[in-house]
Amino acid sequence: MTAQDVHRVAERLARESYGRLVAFLAARTRDVAGAEDALAEAFATALRLWPVDGVPDNPDAWLLTVARRRQTDALRRHQTRRAGEAHLKLIADEIEAAAMHPDDIPDRRLALMFACAHPVVERGMRAPLILQTILGLSAADIAAAFLVPPATMGQRIVRAKARLRQAGIPFALPERNDLPDRLAAVLDAIYAAYAKGWVEIGEAAGRSLAEEAVWLGSMVVALLPGEPEAKGMLALMLYAQARRSARRLPSGAYVPLEAQDTSLWDDEQIEHAEALLHDANHAGPTGRYQLEAAIQSAHIARRRRGLDTWPAILALYDHLLALTNSPVVALNRSICLAELHGPAAALAAIEPLATDPRMQGYQPYWATLGHLHARAGNSLPAHEALTLAIGLSSDPAVRTHLREKLIALRQG
Amino acid sequence: MQYMLLIMGDESRMNPPEVEDTGMSADHHAYTQALLKAGAMRGGERLHPTSSASTVKVRDGKAVVLDGPYVESQEQLGGYYLIEAASLDEAIGWAVKCPAAAHGAIEVRPVWPTRADA
Repeated sequence: MTAQDVHRVAERLARESYGRLVAFLAARTRDVAGAEDALAEAFATALRLWPVDGVPDNPDAWLLTVARRRQTDALRRHQTRRAGEAHLKLIADEIEAAAMHPDDIPDRRLALMFACAHPVVERGMRAPLILQTILGLSAADIAAAFLVPPATMGQRIVRAKARLRQAGIPFALPERNDLPDRLAAVLDAIYAAYAKGWVEIGEAAGRSLAEEAVWLGSMVVALLPGEPEAKGMLALMLYAQARRSARRLPSGAYVPLEAQDTSLWDDEQIEHAEALLHDANHAGPTGRYQLEAAIQSAHIARRRRGLDTWPAILALYDHLLALTNSPVVALNRSICLAELHGPAAALAAIEPLATDPRMQGYQPYWATLGHLHARAGNSLPAHEALTLAIGLSSDPAVRTHLREKLIALRQG
Repeated sequence: MQYMLLIMGDESRMNPPEVEDTGMSADHHAYTQALLKAGAMRGGERLHPTSSASTVKVRDGKAVVLDGPYVESQEQLGGYYLIEAASLDEAIGWAVKCPAAAHGAIEVRPVWPTRADA
């Protein structure tokens, strides 16, 4: 192991303990900010010492011991007005007991995630809240990924935590009846974090938000092994992770799926994803993430083994469209349709999206439209759509790729 | 609400105005088209380099005109977009898409409305 590896392992373990302890403390007080205050110093100390001195045998106990005094102070501060001394004493005793027997600290991270993705929390704030409470990421790191100024993100996180406390949201797993909807919100928040892509976060470069999201996804699968959608989402993220290094040339140029060198794909991640998807498919009703993962699986079989899986992909998209009625799904389905029935059929299928206001500023809509028009030989609308796709892109590599398409179009 | 996107960068590394870098200007053209399509475009121009600047002051009733920019700095204002956006988040969303963000920096400033008719 290199020094950097040791650092990463230490950091990961500190993070794991941190999330568990925040969840453990907040489950009793419903006060996430208070729990974090109590652990902040201990966590910072751990990140400094562990990579050098090694990770303690019991990281949870180590953190709790370092944090104990602050914890009790913080609890007193946050609890006095609402809870009586007796309740306070009870909590303090529990913490004391937990520090003595850290193996028995119950894992409440899942309950904390359900609280963070509760309907009272604004949709856009659910992922940032999970990233902060479970992973201990700083507001500045989260802000960079979500493209807001750091101070703004800090304020929004504080407000969201206050909202949780004021609304008295229980830190518990939802009732069986509510579980599918509430789990969907948790998965959506994690996937939203994943979709923020390859943004590097934290001081130790090389860790991306995408990797953190995969880690959170694995945690949900481990804690809720019976939920096929959680597996589906983890598989979906792993399929994308597996292709990550094939998406750019060493020069930084963008490489679309069809042109990717499949030998650069990560076999281990693909196998893991396939196994998860296989498990999920055996477990009952098929949800959005399982369908999307299955589509990725079919694309991989097509590119790797030369199988014609387009008809299967279309069938999966039909299913997904019926389930979600999402314009983004309709858009992706049209690419498949073009492969099977030609660009005219694809253009006809996405005709209704032209008046959808959500599509007007959506870069992939214009890129797809441009691509389909170009294939159909409609050079004027292709030119217009590709120009807008360039203008709406924030990635220079994607802009260059699209500009080359434009030039090819002009040369006919 | 209006926001000014100020394009900051090292002008010595940019092409002089008479030499057209087709990639860059094509990207700016596309960006402008996207702003227009979204109804967000309020204005925007590229500026000649700071070597062309004249700086004017009036002190004690006496006008002084100097050659060169007001402040010498490593990064200069190279151009701007004036856009309409519902919030700072949306304005930042546009700034990220500005082609100049990939090599220089975009300073996003909310416009302070001062005209009664504005």
